[in-house]
Amino acid sequence: MSATIIRNGRVIDPANKRDEVIDLLIIDGKVAPLFQLSTLNSQLDEINASNLIVCPGLIDMHVHLREPGFGHKETIESGARAAAAGGFTTIVCMPNTSPAADNPSTIAWIKDRAGDTACVNVLPTGAISKNLGGEELAPIGSLVQAGIVAITDDGHCVQNHQVMRRAVEYARMVGVPVLDHCQDYNLVGNGVVHEGYWSTLLGLPGWPAAGEEAIVMRNILLAELCDHHIHCQHVTTAGSVRLLREARTRGVKISGEVCPHHIALTDEAIQNFDTSCKMNPPLRSQADVDALLEGVADGTVSILVSDHAPHADFEKEVEFDAAPFGIIGLETELGLFLDLLVHKHCKIDIMRLIEMYTVEPRRLLKINAGTLSIGAAADLTLIDPDLEWSVRVDTFESASRNSPFDGWNLKGRAVRTIVGGKTVWKL
Amino acid sequence: MRAAESVTTSSSPDAAFALRWNRKDLLGLRELSAEEINFILDTADAFKQVGTREIKKVPALRGKTLVNFFIEPSTRTRTSFELAAFRLSADVINISASTSSLTKGETLKDTARNLEALHADILVLRHSFAGAPQFLAQRLEASVINAGDGAHEHPTQALLDLYTIREKRGKIAGLHVAIIGDILFSRVARSNIFGLLKLGARVTLVGPSTLVPREFEKLGVEVSYKIDNVLPSADVVNLLRIQHERQRKEYFPGIGEYTRFFGLTKERAKFLKPDCLIMHPGPINRGVEIDSGIADGLQSVILDQVTNGLAVRMAVLYLCGGIST
Repeated sequence: MSATIIRNGRVIDPANKRDEVIDLLIIDGKVAPLFQLSTLNSQLDEINASNLIVCPGLIDMHVHLREPGFGHKETIESGARAAAAGGFTTIVCMPNTSPAADNPSTIAWIKDRAGDTACVNVLPTGAISKNLGGEELAPIGSLVQAGIVAITDDGHCVQNHQVMRRAVEYARMVGVPVLDHCQDYNLVGNGVVHEGYWSTLLGLPGWPAAGEEAIVMRNILLAELCDHHIHCQHVTTAGSVRLLREARTRGVKISGEVCPHHIALTDEAIQNFDTSCKMNPPLRSQADVDALLEGVADGTVSILVSDHAPHADFEKEVEFDAAPFGIIGLETELGLFLDLLVHKHCKIDIMRLIEMYTVEPRRLLKINAGTLSIGAAADLTLIDPDLEWSVRVDTFESASRNSPFDGWNLKGRAVRTIVGGKTVWKL
Repeated sequence: MRAAESVTTSSSPDAAFALRWNRKDLLGLRELSAEEINFILDTADAFKQVGTREIKKVPALRGKTLVNFFIEPSTRTRTSFELAAFRLSADVINISASTSSLTKGETLKDTARNLEALHADILVLRHSFAGAPQFLAQRLEASVINAGDGAHEHPTQALLDLYTIREKRGKIAGLHVAIIGDILFSRVARSNIFGLLKLGARVTLVGPSTLVPREFEKLGVEVSYKIDNVLPSADVVNLLRIQHERQRKEYFPGIGEYTRFFGLTKERAKFLKPDCLIMHPGPINRGVEIDSGIADGLQSVILDQVTNGLAVRMAVLYLCGGIST
């Protein structure tokens, strides 16, 4: 028997509508009622959480762990350490690996690898289509049996609306949500940056907002048609927010997530052709950033994610057009969202921020995480919401360094991450 | 011409020069001040005289190595840089995409650093990706001269355009310049826009709406889709080559319709002011964006542009090459 008590923390547990300064007891890796303290007959470890927030372990449901196939960018082990350092106890990994996670054996391999090497919970997603090709359905039912929590072709987008319709209908039968990277290939073409002032000035191929919005609209229509949940990944435009708001008001099973870089930066950041500002979808205009902030404030955008996308230095150290899309984010996202959403723009309070990182993904993915209910796994994040710190990518746990936020000064971060009652990372 | 003597007889820049030029690279006109642009044009004046001498060579870059690094095909610009370098007494190597290690999967950075390890002093880069010259300039000691990067900038082309306008019209400020054609994909257009605006010209972009998006107005230019409304007030028309290969098919219906709506035909040329200059960066499509007779007519300065290009590139190589030591 092992027991730990976390003393004097401000316990914020949105699942149970709790926000109080109170001790939290952990017995054998589970949250236990405080009265059991009096009958404990083992050693009690103590963690002082004065002036800290104690909340359910945060969930990032959009992460690229790169294994199998791209271990030079990240491994499940290093990605999990990066997650722990960012305050995350559960991460959901995307299927664009090599081989793609479009078959049960790859899912089994990922789960085994995570079980052997990862210090946080790793939940795999499966592909919508075979080899992420957008044409033939992957064996979605078998993938669910193998343990996926959702299907997605993330990084790719099923262009054929009929294929997407059948995927959504099938996913409904087997009980997993569909996550979609919204990109119309015809409208986007070879676009690498937001189509607007800066793409015009710099002569870089533009990625128009309508290229995202066309697919968000498609997904709204299919979610209605199939009466099943479609979640729009990393939405970036004012139009997407407007479409989602209207559809959600009508009760359509549609949702959206936002990445920190899409509210921390605008397309102005690309003016020196910095490939650490190249991601898909691209950095947008200030008007889009403002709309995203409003979308977060009114609940239209309900989930916060990183889209953690590691790439090796040499892969990003090329011409802008030639560089791969994506930046790492696990170790900066909580700091950025706290700093921007809670402190700077005051769009949400800290209770809502934690809810967007716990209750919302828990509800969407129907996973057993994100709560401090008695008997729940003692996955916890301790947060100092006012700690001022500087981002230093050279200290990151991730195997990659492709971040535009090196040197940024942020307010608020995780200081300790606990998985199953054990501290897996601490500042 | 104050700099002429030192420019043509000595290999070491003088003090006045150092005060007016301190860049090792020429990446684009957007980053230059009006003073810097004028200084290049003044320096080019001195070099233009060299081309009229019996011995068309000065020792300014003697002992320096220039690499013409052309990842994208080019004949005219490459030849112009090569001749400019010869006339400055530099040693010149030409490398094209097909002969470089890039075809073996080497990165641009590694290829360029290898060239630098061979003591290349000046790298003239032509690349199909916007920003490639910036990328190398940040990573190399050598001078990087942008000879055209994607749809971004082609600064020496714009400088020779500016030089030609200034030479023929005596000024640039206050002139109305129409740039006509495929603006969206044109690095020549962008560099011209930046340069012309800095020197006080008024600029109107003309072409199909698909190739001249309104977004350009935010750069400080006017946009028009009616060439006939623009020609009568133009002091300069700069016609860009129009292409209708596969990747452009969705942008406009065809060459015939383009000529009908935007070509500088004989009929349209009648509406030009008598002293309006007709320019074209080449290569021209006779009968498409410009009538064949007009291209060879009295108002055309197309071949003057080519000649001036040599002087302008000598000036650029001289100025940047002088900084790189």
